[in-house]
Amino acid sequence: CVGPIRTASLLSQREHLSLTPEMATQEVQPNETLSNLKAESDTLKTKLEDERAKLHDVELHQVAEKVDGLGQFIMKTRRTLKGHGNKVLCMDWCKDKRRIVSSSQDGKVIVWDAFTTNKEHAVTMPCTWVMACAYAPSGCAVACGGLDNKCSVYPLSLDKNENLAAKKKSVAMHTNYLSACSFTNSDMQILTSSGDGTCALWDVESGQLLQSFHGHAADVLCLDLAPSETGNTFISGGCDKKANVWDMRSGQCIQSFETHESDINSVRYYPSGDAFASGSDDATCRLYDLRADREVAIYSKESIIFGASSVDFSLSGRLLFGGYNDYTINVWDVLKGTRVSILFGHENRVSALRVSPDGTAFCSGSWDHTLRVWA
Amino acid sequence: MTISTLTRGGAQREQQHCLRKMERVIIAMQDPDIGLKMRNQRLLITVIPHAMTGNDIMEWLIQKYNITDEEAGHLGGLLVQYGYIYPLKEPRSLILRSDDSPYRFQTPYFWTSSRWPASELDYAIYLAKKNIRKQGELVDYEKQNYNLLHKRINHTWDFVVMQAREQIRASKQRRKADRIVLECQEQAYWLVNKPCPGAFDVFDLGPERCNVLNSRVILNSSLLFFLLRISSVPNNSLSSHFLLSLSCVCSFMKFCDQYHQHDPIMSGCLPSNPWISDDTTHWTINTDLVGTPTRLRVERWSFSFMELLNDCLGRREFMTYLEKEFSGENLCFWEACEDLRHGESSKIILKVEEVYKTFLSPGAARWVNIDSKTMERTLEGIKQPHRFVMDDAQMHIYFLMKKDSYPRYLKSDLYKNMLSKAIVPQETKKSVFPFMRRQRHSSPSPAMVSQATEDNEPKYL
Repeated sequence: CVGPIRTASLLSQREHLSLTPEMATQEVQPNETLSNLKAESDTLKTKLEDERAKLHDVELHQVAEKVDGLGQFIMKTRRTLKGHGNKVLCMDWCKDKRRIVSSSQDGKVIVWDAFTTNKEHAVTMPCTWVMACAYAPSGCAVACGGLDNKCSVYPLSLDKNENLAAKKKSVAMHTNYLSACSFTNSDMQILTSSGDGTCALWDVESGQLLQSFHGHAADVLCLDLAPSETGNTFISGGCDKKANVWDMRSGQCIQSFETHESDINSVRYYPSGDAFASGSDDATCRLYDLRADREVAIYSKESIIFGASSVDFSLSGRLLFGGYNDYTINVWDVLKGTRVSILFGHENRVSALRVSPDGTAFCSGSWDHTLRVWA
Repeated sequence: MTISTLTRGGAQREQQHCLRKMERVIIAMQDPDIGLKMRNQRLLITVIPHAMTGNDIMEWLIQKYNITDEEAGHLGGLLVQYGYIYPLKEPRSLILRSDDSPYRFQTPYFWTSSRWPASELDYAIYLAKKNIRKQGELVDYEKQNYNLLHKRINHTWDFVVMQAREQIRASKQRRKADRIVLECQEQAYWLVNKPCPGAFDVFDLGPERCNVLNSRVILNSSLLFFLLRISSVPNNSLSSHFLLSLSCVCSFMKFCDQYHQHDPIMSGCLPSNPWISDDTTHWTINTDLVGTPTRLRVERWSFSFMELLNDCLGRREFMTYLEKEFSGENLCFWEACEDLRHGESSKIILKVEEVYKTFLSPGAARWVNIDSKTMERTLEGIKQPHRFVMDDAQMHIYFLMKKDSYPRYLKSDLYKNMLSKAIVPQETKKSVFPFMRRQRHSSPSPAMVSQATEDNEPKYL
């Protein structure tokens, strides 16, 4: 619901500034210097924030005061997956709730049955730093990519003798590293984000680009698909400190949030699809409400200095798990904004964290070459 | 309006951010009023001033941040790893001991952030000094580095040796305590900046980030978004904005509450969490098309229409119900549209034709009842079929099912029977011998669709 824009007091300084969507990509006029524009935008921003403060937005933790607190929280490492020879960079769960795919710096992508800790498949990519990997919804393939700027799909063969790399399908092509990838509702489409500042939707079978998403001003580091009924949106976070919401059909950015003070490493939808959390190098995690269109909670503590690399919600959305670059995992009470627990165990930074599809456990991948399943 | 002028390399920026924060902690620790109490520390026969024990550091961190021992130990350990605090005894072991081992603050001159990246020349001079002072004091990796540098900057080697000699001579003129302190500081700096191969390297960062896209300044739309947000609130209805904000925030509480029992991490799961007990019963009783579902699962179908559809069993039950009401074609149509939207590009034209023939054409076998406007639009769109051509029609049918059939299904006998038949598994009693681990059986890989192979034997650990 967009009403008439209140121009008078706020924009009197720039009467000739008419705001249109085209402005979003206009070039600056040669006579406007960088610092002038920056100063002006900062002033306008402050004025707008002042106006918004008058609207008495309510904070989540205030409303949640009456909610019961969470008791003692005990989660332990239940499985340790050893087998990668170098830093683990990414992981994803299979829909069967027990299998996992993980990728590492040395180019290895491994599929595990995390329950038994057995390795089931291994692929060696032709590049190092495989920063993205994803399990197909059917469980029959995995996608991965990294410094090769591509996303490739490997059908999982059951023939132990078959070289998985032989059937590899190159799907996505970016002009910089691949930072994240995810299958949509089927094995047939993949969504990717890249260091080239764009996200893209691809048809797996043909490798055709279906839609591209432009709007980030720097590397896009993460993405997540909406669990919504109409299943048409996704979010992305980038080095420009912005989290954007995109319409998959049109390629338009429909909402944008910029409250973090540094790169956004991870974004994840709240289970209802009405909000999302983000983890950033500024050592905070934040919750954004999509309908109220604003940040509603910040999860931070003075003693947490290092950035959050990866976040995910428990099934009910009450807990937010954050993997940090100081090797720890912090567990947050989403409603009250307090930290419930801190988990030690990894010996180097935690680079990936996902809750299992049925919420019985979560898995963390780390630069210490291991993955741990916690429950 | 945000103007991107990002110039520094991304990984470096990230590091600088953390380093600055650590420095703030360090500065607070040295504050005369609220900081640590430092004292003189005896090291062999010399007295080193301004030292503190590992215990002191832990205590201060626990007090200042209100954290546990473990967390304080971890945070303190990071401060040592990053070179802001160094140990006086066993300088090569960069860990924080929570006893009376002596530590000192690194001088800001040698902070990781101030002298970054470490200069090759400085390193060469440092190694040369060590070599001159005590022949053979260089450890293996240092010897290797020394030789490498000797080759690489051979042209300035005379200068290196001369500088080394000069610095040794100057240090001899200092008091012994000062000399030891300076040597410790310098050593600590190099241990962090040129670590032993295999040891933790503070500069081991990911691949470079933040490639500035182009040198033009781009006016992006964040100012636009700001204004749209403000403008969405009419001047005289602050209260309606407040109410919207309040209702959004309350919805989170409602959702968390509703799903609380279903969240295994919050409420446990029956009969037990497979990851904890090694018993996969919880999974076997919740397979996709199990004969009798659990009560929790059937309850969940009543939370939202999406929950019902997302569960294969729920969807099948719903289909059965719809067919009883002769509106099964609605769900079939919805499924066909989903298949179109998420399927291969190459099959789009074929699928659109199929959908038209089966559901939309006059006299179709499973004709769906869409309003005339939507039908008109869809039929027009079909002339140039694309992935989303059925979206409007699909949405119409989806909401029809959601608003009409779904609520009635929940009140129906079919659902009620399902609920009453549903099982509630017994919670597994804790094993009498808690250390006896069960065999962890493997499961058929989803990649193995219809084959039944010998690989299905349980694997023993």
